[in-house]
Amino acid sequence: MSTPFESAKLHDCRDAFTGVLEELGAANNDIVAVCNDSVGSSKLGNFRDMFPERLINVGIAEQNMVGVAAGLANGGKIPFVCAASPFLTGRALEQIKADVAYSETNVKLVGISSGMAYGELGPTHHSIEDFAWVRALPNVPVVAPADRIETAAAVRWAAGHKGGCFLRLSRVGVPDVLPDGHVFRLGKADILRDGGDVTIVANGVLTHRAIVAADILKERGISARVINMASVRPIDADKILQAAKETGAILSCEEHTIFGGLGSAVAEVVVDMHPVPMKRLGVPGVFAHTASANTLLDDFGMSPEAIAESGSELLKRKE
Amino acid sequence: MKPQELATLANSIRRRDLQAVFEAGAGHIGGEMSVIDILTALYFQVMSVHPENPLDPKRDRLVLSKGHTALALYVVLSERGFIRKDEISSFLQHHSRLNGHPNCVKVPGVETNTGPLGHGLPVGVGMAKAAKLNGDSWRTFVVAGDGEMQEGSNWEAIMAASHFKLDNLTLIIDHNRLQQGARLADTNNLAPLAPKLESFGWAIEEIDGHDMELICLALSLQTVTKGKPKCVIAHTNKGQGVSFMSDNVAWHHKVPNKEQYRQAMAELTDTVQ
Ligand SMILES: Cc1ncc(C[n+]2csc(CCOP(=O)(O)OP(=O)(O)O)c2C)c(N)n1
Ligand SMILES: [Mg+2]
Repeated sequence: MSTPFESAKLHDCRDAFTGVLEELGAANNDIVAVCNDSVGSSKLGNFRDMFPERLINVGIAEQNMVGVAAGLANGGKIPFVCAASPFLTGRALEQIKADVAYSETNVKLVGISSGMAYGELGPTHHSIEDFAWVRALPNVPVVAPADRIETAAAVRWAAGHKGGCFLRLSRVGVPDVLPDGHVFRLGKADILRDGGDVTIVANGVLTHRAIVAADILKERGISARVINMASVRPIDADKILQAAKETGAILSCEEHTIFGGLGSAVAEVVVDMHPVPMKRLGVPGVFAHTASANTLLDDFGMSPEAIAESGSELLKRKE
Repeated sequence: MKPQELATLANSIRRRDLQAVFEAGAGHIGGEMSVIDILTALYFQVMSVHPENPLDPKRDRLVLSKGHTALALYVVLSERGFIRKDEISSFLQHHSRLNGHPNCVKVPGVETNTGPLGHGLPVGVGMAKAAKLNGDSWRTFVVAGDGEMQEGSNWEAIMAASHFKLDNLTLIIDHNRLQQGARLADTNNLAPLAPKLESFGWAIEEIDGHDMELICLALSLQTVTKGKPKCVIAHTNKGQGVSFMSDNVAWHHKVPNKEQYRQAMAELTDTVQ
């Protein structure tokens, strides 16, 4: 079978992020980048060369990094904190809670190389708890773009948004899935494939896999809807409710533990508003074994084939 | 072991490390080359450890806080008999227990899991405090990167260690002047390190971190000051032993190509002869 992305070019979304950040920086002197010895891994080299005094590298000190960003915001700056997601969210979680969420500061948290992008570097470097951790906090929208187009759109949105937010980016190459000119709207999901038998909800690096899975199901005569749910909090409850009513079964897939992430957020809406059979794919509450990022997704049952298989299994549970 | 024998062994450990980085296509070669002399001295001269009984309650403890150089520890552990030598070739392979950061749950000889920087010293303080509570004489060694010393958690632990008078704790700072993306001096300069630590109540010794005799002496029991934790500031070179990697920030986690690999191997082999 030929899949839509077979010969598609893969893009590292960090390039889209820094490209827009440089553009925003040129237009607005208040835009600053804050990082933790992560100029290279966040691809901030250009930004540093363009605006040397607006690149604030605090060294390897994440708690300080987020606190400093909150102070910069207090002084009128618009800080984009750029760091590997596990250290940004894990190490500085209390700073995110007290200095950003509770204090309602205008700090843009950008988690780079999130999920299992660091592959063989292992569980200390995986960031598969960050949806759960940050989603539990008020005032910090959680956004996981699916491709470079949505990444660029989300960065533009973040700069204009009044208040903090968490952008969860990857470094793993992904094909384009959203149309050129796509505008990001917080709390609004996008239906990328329509269908009536089952709904697959995904975001980030899983979205293109979900689309391929829908195509596999189509060949088997199953019509699957694919919802790209970049905005994890606030979540698009309307589209979930509509999917529950119209397709009667929902499969979620995420590069995250199944405890507290996208699937949980979707399930909260489904349980409250319109219970239907659901299955949550993700990391099943374990520390991952050694493997590359994409192999780990396959190993945890999220190859397009396995997603499709879970979709057709789920159908059997419909009344 | 004599200093000369230790140096020869460290050199072969460097070559095994280099080969594994080349074959796996990943690793943190710069920081591995800088820390290997220290780890070799610890495991083959200074520490009392027992590969046949890795969890012996009386063993000395080593925490590699700069966990990104796990491969250097794996090779040292394999030379010391904690894991099989041929297992090194599984580094980073699918399902290998030798991933990019050490895992104490799976790898004998590893005391605690590191990878996020700034975790080793607080855990080391707890180990040293436990030995004191037990009335035991085993020692705790923590190896940290110099960039890693920017983490605030280290300074919280530094205060605790001197308050608790942990003279059974030794922090070794692998002072290679480079961190991931730049020199410390251009990022967040910690200089001067020694007076800072001294003012926090620690006994300090600065040494050439590639001189086996000095390393062994600085880590020996006889040089401990009663009632004070000790910090050995080991002046090292990132990429030590390979001319084009040495003191070059580009080699934090770069992987040598075939030609670079050949040259690096040749340089390390020449050193032995
Ligand atoms: C908490 C945390 N922040 C960031 C990193 C990413 N990181 C890995 S190694 C490194 C540089 C370490 O420099 P240094 O401590 O000097 O080690 P060495 O020079 O010996 O390699 C960084 C920033 C990390 N592993 N953990
Ligand atoms: Mg260093």
